[in-house]
Amino acid sequence: MYTQALNVVTEKLGDSEAEQRFLERIDAEERIEPNDWMPEAYRRLLIRQISQHAHSEVVGMLPEGNWITRAPSLRRKAALLAKVQDEGGHGLYLYAAAETLGISREEMVEQLLSGRAKYSSIFNYPTLTWADIGAIGWLVDGAAIMNQIPLCRCSYGPYARAMIRICREESFHQRQGYEIMLTLARGTPEQKAMAQDALNRWWWPVLMMFGPPDHASQHSEASMRWKVKRFSNDTLRQKFIDATVPQAQFLGLTIPDPELRFNAETGHWETGPIDWEEFHRVLAGYGPCNKERLAARRKAHEEGAWVREAALAYAAKQKQRITQQAA
Amino acid sequence: MQTTSIVFQGSPLAHYVLARADDALVLGHRLSEWCGHAPILEEDLALTNIALDLIGQARALYTYAAELEGRGHDEDDLAYLREDRQFHNLLLLEQPNGDFAVTCVRLLLFSAFAEPYWRLMRASSDAQLAAIAAKAEKECAYHVRHASQWVIRLGDGTEESHRRTQDALDTLWVYTGELFETSADEQALIAQGIAADPQAILPIWQNTVNAVLTEATLQAPSVSWMQTGGRRGLHSEHLGHMLAEMQYLQRTYPGAEW
Ligand SMILES: [Fe+2]
Ligand SMILES: [Fe+2]
Repeated sequence: MYTQALNVVTEKLGDSEAEQRFLERIDAEERIEPNDWMPEAYRRLLIRQISQHAHSEVVGMLPEGNWITRAPSLRRKAALLAKVQDEGGHGLYLYAAAETLGISREEMVEQLLSGRAKYSSIFNYPTLTWADIGAIGWLVDGAAIMNQIPLCRCSYGPYARAMIRICREESFHQRQGYEIMLTLARGTPEQKAMAQDALNRWWWPVLMMFGPPDHASQHSEASMRWKVKRFSNDTLRQKFIDATVPQAQFLGLTIPDPELRFNAETGHWETGPIDWEEFHRVLAGYGPCNKERLAARRKAHEEGAWVREAALAYAAKQKQRITQQAA
Repeated sequence: MQTTSIVFQGSPLAHYVLARADDALVLGHRLSEWCGHAPILEEDLALTNIALDLIGQARALYTYAAELEGRGHDEDDLAYLREDRQFHNLLLLEQPNGDFAVTCVRLLLFSAFAEPYWRLMRASSDAQLAAIAAKAEKECAYHVRHASQWVIRLGDGTEESHRRTQDALDTLWVYTGELFETSADEQALIAQGIAADPQAILPIWQNTVNAVLTEATLQAPSVSWMQTGGRRGLHSEHLGHMLAEMQYLQRTYPGAEW
């Protein structure tokens, strides 16, 4: 995970000669590389999007990490550990991709810890039962894939390449999560109830992962023009809904939406209204776990400060020893 | 009242394998507690790698122990349905993670034993153990390298990191005696060429640990008493809490498949 259209830069597209050439390259589907000329606004948009994405991967380790020590079998424990580790790895590639745009990882981490940078709203919800681990893999990683597959063709080369690698792992996570749900849905009545309860709690927040509806999202023009974003929030959300409803049916679980219906004319599943107030509330910091998530990241960072200082001090001593030897 | 707990009843070899499985699981579980909370993101990944290696070793060893026991148990029955007095891991491994120095020192003290242990076990007359050893040796070699690098950096880093690392060493040293204990049953397995003799590992362990401590500018503590009991199921208070957390779902929903 996970991108979300949170804070998109709005800029007027410029008309300098360099900018014209840049747009021609974009139109020709060329990849923009770190040393190529790019408009400042393009750079800023990417830094913001990629760093938010990286933060989401790292904060996203926490809700699932909550069940590592309680995973119900050794196979599940190993799979969950490996999954959370993958998310950390996604964070690393993405921080590295953002660094190619001239911002340091320290600076990005500082933005996260101070609360200035955003991360995906979904990780501010709690994981209350083991079924949440299945639901996150199935739905959250599933939504991430819908969002991210088009990003594999993003105009910025390092981001596009990171996405290709990440998407491969996300689809593995999605299948693994679905398999957990399937096991629960075919299990004891208590397990099936656990699976249904998880779907009830995650369904709506997952639909919000795609960002505000198109009519309320005035910010994506530049992003579309620069081929960072290729599909609108609603288009991606609809694709996800259409793919997911039959999967829920196969599990024998009920999507918690009494208005959900299939429109035979359009061939799409239509949902009831999404509670956008909840979305904005969670983004503003009032989700169930915003405080805990940031506190956990700050705690790890603060308690790790002496370790990072020691590593730097040791590296400096080593360097000094080598120069002394050479002298 | 019905209980969900099981008691392992196997041959001395089965018990021997079970104790090694417990070692791997308990340390793997401890390391997995770091995931998402490490001092740097790279360490979230590295400690998780090591945890995954150890949990993999535990699974292979539990499966073999269950096969030797021959009572229809599987790896999860052994991990999730035994009570703490039935666990036979080393006390060192169940100690809480503490700060990062405690985690690194614990990993060094154990892995510096485990690597040569599994190297010798490759020559075990028990083919299954020899096969498990081939993989475990390579994994533990990486664990020793990783732990050594950190203990050296922390020991020879800042004043604070030096103090913390020396403290960790002073706290954990009393648990190292247990690495080299052998029971009468184990003596018999050693005589049969099934088990490696810890006495043969002692000088190798001392070499590795001393070399790291010297480079790290740390002092090996001198202690006159070593803690013991883990191999006989006499644990510290910490293990019960670890198992309560780890076993919670299996115990709440007996017989469910996950
Ligand atoms: Fe991810
Ligand atoms: Fe994922």
